[in-house]
Amino acid sequence: MAFGIIMSIVLVGATGCILGFFLSFMSEKFKVETNPKEEEVLAALPGNNCGGCGFPGCSGCAKAIANGEAPVDQCPVGGAPVAAEIAKIMGVEAEAKEPEVAFVRCNGTCENAKNKYEYSGVNSCSAMALVPGGGPKSCSFGCMGFGDCVEACQFDAIHIVDGISLVDPDACKGCGACAKACPRNIIEMIPKSSTEMVLCRNKNKGKAVMDVCSVGCIACGLCEKNCPSDAIHVVDNIAHIDQSKCTGCGTCVTKCPRKIIHIIGDAPAPADDKAANATA
Amino acid sequence: MFVKLLLLFISASLVNNVVLSRFLGLCPFLGVSKKVETAAGMGGAIIFVITLSSLVTGLIYKFILVPSGFTYLQTIVFILVIAAMVQFLEMFLKKNVHSLYEALGVYLPLITTNCAVLGVALDNVQKNYGILEGVIYGFGTAVGFAISIILLASIREKMEYNDIPEAFQGTGIVVVTAGLMAIAFCGFAGVI
Repeated sequence: MAFGIIMSIVLVGATGCILGFFLSFMSEKFKVETNPKEEEVLAALPGNNCGGCGFPGCSGCAKAIANGEAPVDQCPVGGAPVAAEIAKIMGVEAEAKEPEVAFVRCNGTCENAKNKYEYSGVNSCSAMALVPGGGPKSCSFGCMGFGDCVEACQFDAIHIVDGISLVDPDACKGCGACAKACPRNIIEMIPKSSTEMVLCRNKNKGKAVMDVCSVGCIACGLCEKNCPSDAIHVVDNIAHIDQSKCTGCGTCVTKCPRKIIHIIGDAPAPADDKAANATA
Repeated sequence: MFVKLLLLFISASLVNNVVLSRFLGLCPFLGVSKKVETAAGMGGAIIFVITLSSLVTGLIYKFILVPSGFTYLQTIVFILVIAAMVQFLEMFLKKNVHSLYEALGVYLPLITTNCAVLGVALDNVQKNYGILEGVIYGFGTAVGFAISIILLASIREKMEYNDIPEAFQGTGIVVVTAGLMAIAFCGFAGVI
């Protein structure tokens, strides 16, 4: 009995050893030179495999950078420190790149945009395409608050607050996963230093917007006319700020009759103020 | 003798087709059959692994396991041999046919766990084939796999242009196609 066990171990072990020697011999013979830079770059990357760079995971990004197919600052999550480290490995100068941050272009909180009906069912924004009227939210452009973006975020930087998504700019790494996850495309990637944002995405005409939300853009164009630096334009019935031209003067914020342009970081204007505007 | 081996080859490749009538090795059959080029590469890789492993496992069985009376170790020893073969194949492809290595991706190391490969090695033992018969049987089986995966890949390439009902899109229509192919291969049943 014991002999049988020992012999089996010896037999299988010997087979394994012979095959092991064969493989190690062959691995020397069929050795492939890999780019050593690729591994160094991979080590410098954050390793979240979030796909924010557009490559399949960090290893794909490292390969592209090592082969010179992608810039050293390809990784949006690592930002400047990682870009500097990779630049050192690659032996090039890193250009300073402004880190990006996600921003939810909707202020249709429970207070501002009412629900059309009571909904109880699957808690998923993407499922709303199958629900009558495109979901319970009165505004068909705004945040539905079911949190597909929250699920997509690997960094715990976006949460549902008062019925809509809210990005924590300090925790946001700018990978853009939430922007991709949002079925209504209301999350925009903006430079971190941006100071003003339009908090609406409703492309309907003024009256239709007024009916569904007390803080919707009615495309009056006052912001466009008053902007001193030609940074804000109304396209498709919605104001849009070109962050590369915006100087942060705050003119649009004061001129907007619906108070939908916010200085980022500031608390939204009091609700009764908006209610008064809505009935006016 | 020659006629017998030829019949064995035809029976292994067409009549008892490993994928379509014995339903072994379905994972790469559905996974790598998107493009004819990679399907042919996968077929080639399978032919290489099965033929070589049926030779090596046949030798090991006949000259080591049977004389020493440890035939019950066949499964574990065969798996070792197959794993080593696949590793070797991976090195070879990485060095010489790098594009195929990248196209096959994860399915290449998965040949290790492909039940068709182990199935052939164990079949050879069960059916009491000699070394030469075993190799021919393995080669035939692998050719059968290559035929069916290339057929499916060419059908899938044509299907890309078709207007498929939404519910069937993707894997659904592929599985339906594979089922119809299996029925068609039943037609070989009376050949030998």
